[in-house]
Amino acid sequence: MLTRIMTVLMLSATLLLSASFALAADTIKIGGLFSVTGPPAFLGEPERNTAKMVVDGINKSGGIKGQKLELIVYDTAGDATKAVQMATKLIRDDKVVAIIGPSTTGETMAVIPVVEKARIPLISCAAGSKITDPVKRYVFKTAQNDALAVERIYDYLKRQRQNRVALLTVSDGFGASGREQLKALAPRFGMQIVVDDTYGPKDTDMTSQLTKIRASQAQVLIVWGTNPGPAVIAKNARQLGLKLPLYMSHGVSSKKFIALAGDAAEGVRLPSGKVIVADALSKKDPQKASLLAFVKDYQNHYKQEGDHFGGHAWDAVMLLKAAIERGATTAESIRDGLENTRNFHGIGGTFTYSAGDHAGLNKEAFVMVEIKNRDWSLAK
Amino acid sequence: MELGTQLLQYLLSGLSTGAIYALIGIGFSIIYNATGIINFAQGEFVMLGGMLTLFLLSVLQLPLWIAIPLAVLLAALVGLLFERLAIRPLRKASPISLVIITIGGAILIRGLAMLIWGKDTHSLPSFTGDEPIMLAGATLLPQHLWIFGITVVLIGLNKWFFSHTISGKAMRACSYNPRAAGLVGIDVRRMVLLSFVISAAMGALAGIIVAPLTMTAYDVGIMLGLKGFCAAIIGGMSSGLSTVIGGLVLGVLESLGAGLISSGYKDAIAFVILLLILFLRPQGLFGKPESERV
Repeated sequence: MLTRIMTVLMLSATLLLSASFALAADTIKIGGLFSVTGPPAFLGEPERNTAKMVVDGINKSGGIKGQKLELIVYDTAGDATKAVQMATKLIRDDKVVAIIGPSTTGETMAVIPVVEKARIPLISCAAGSKITDPVKRYVFKTAQNDALAVERIYDYLKRQRQNRVALLTVSDGFGASGREQLKALAPRFGMQIVVDDTYGPKDTDMTSQLTKIRASQAQVLIVWGTNPGPAVIAKNARQLGLKLPLYMSHGVSSKKFIALAGDAAEGVRLPSGKVIVADALSKKDPQKASLLAFVKDYQNHYKQEGDHFGGHAWDAVMLLKAAIERGATTAESIRDGLENTRNFHGIGGTFTYSAGDHAGLNKEAFVMVEIKNRDWSLAK
Repeated sequence: MELGTQLLQYLLSGLSTGAIYALIGIGFSIIYNATGIINFAQGEFVMLGGMLTLFLLSVLQLPLWIAIPLAVLLAALVGLLFERLAIRPLRKASPISLVIITIGGAILIRGLAMLIWGKDTHSLPSFTGDEPIMLAGATLLPQHLWIFGITVVLIGLNKWFFSHTISGKAMRACSYNPRAAGLVGIDVRRMVLLSFVISAAMGALAGIIVAPLTMTAYDVGIMLGLKGFCAAIIGGMSSGLSTVIGGLVLGVLESLGAGLISSGYKDAIAFVILLLILFLRPQGLFGKPESERV
């Protein structure tokens, strides 16, 4: 009896083994580096969730040309050193043909030399413009550059015939980069910066800065920061009865901002990726189909609304898929395939990569949204 | 808008921030006077006030008027435990090691708060609406009136407690001379415990009344604590009016500095004042040298 059971077990084990072998021969291995824990967990978690969801979806519907995808994810905890170790591991031990991530600009910059040396394509989910400027042969990115958001606001203001702006930017990396772009792009759109003030990331009262701005000639106020500062500013502005229209950055394009600022958020306008207003987009928007698919899929899998960050990973996987569908098999041919991406309608925007542009987006990636009744709506 | 209205606005903003600094500062000086140590965990009680209220409101669904006193009580309990577990077992230690222990305690409380409530910033509803009140061209929120009102009441209570109750007088006696106080039958250890409880409660209340304006998170205690410390130093570590004035002066200078010079210098202003006072008038702006302070 016992020997019989053993034989059956052995047999089935062998069968299983050979089956997985057969599978392994046909899988395409891609790596994922996301900061699922640590301070940037708010980026890494939706990115990992989305990447898994999309890869599972692709495999369920038969893979790419009959080949299954295998996603190997490591957590970098927001640590550049760890990101480098894990990238090396993905390349050397797991033998992946492409890597998605990391989540932050710092980690991406640290990983770039590793992938360049190993000649493995990397699609970063971080926003920093220096990732693809200057262009690196094997490095692409899906998150929108800050400069595109600035262009969006200025373009909108120009159409509103307003050109005297007050800037209030946070004194950290995000604010400094925004301030630089806001100042650099102002002449191109005929904008005149009449006040250029800052606030600290931990400041709790900005009425002094706003009082100064109220006394100036400014027609609009542009605030560049991430929560909670902009929410405090919105509240302070309401307290002071500030009449200036309030513009903010894509850094607050999450429901968290509306929750923090409450009624003071009403009427605030900001450039944002299209995910949060997917329903309200016109039928003609080429991204609409992708956006609705992503939002619905994410809702079904994780009982949460899909956000911009998950969108960056969605784009990365789908760009890879498209490159492989066009016939790429090796790391080198996937790189070439990515560079030949034309008019790919993803979540973050419509991507067109070229030899001179590995960021692939233009200012159409952002829409101007306005907060109405504690929800997003498209600004007219 | 003319300069006059602008100045009035700076002044009002500064006074409301200053009132908070004053409340935190008094917490510092009460403990300093009872024990001779600076309690650097004071800022964490401010954070606990805001976060506990938020927890009671959103998780336990209590109404605001029950959540606030309950949060103050819980924070006072944390103050009590802190004294019993971290300070009392080491009564023989030098003040410097005790000060370092309070820093350790602050890091522990902050870390626990982060683990329990996460890293997000939260906002607390204001007590009575958000409609701005106009005052000669400048504006105030109803919450500012609450801050001013509660600060005045607390300072009054504080004064009454220290001058007119047995426990208050006993605490003053301990600050003058703990040994003599012990000899006349005052339980010095109980007074030290009481000082921690009172400071924790005051800090927590400060954290609660300011949270609707500034929002709260696990790490708001660091900066508020340092500013409160700065107010206490300007006031010469007195638990009376001079610390209050210290806090108000600090708040107004910060606000004027941010408005008239540059907001980049806002925090620098506080710490430059702190250094100047420590160098030039270590007894505080209003103190006489070598006098006993309560």
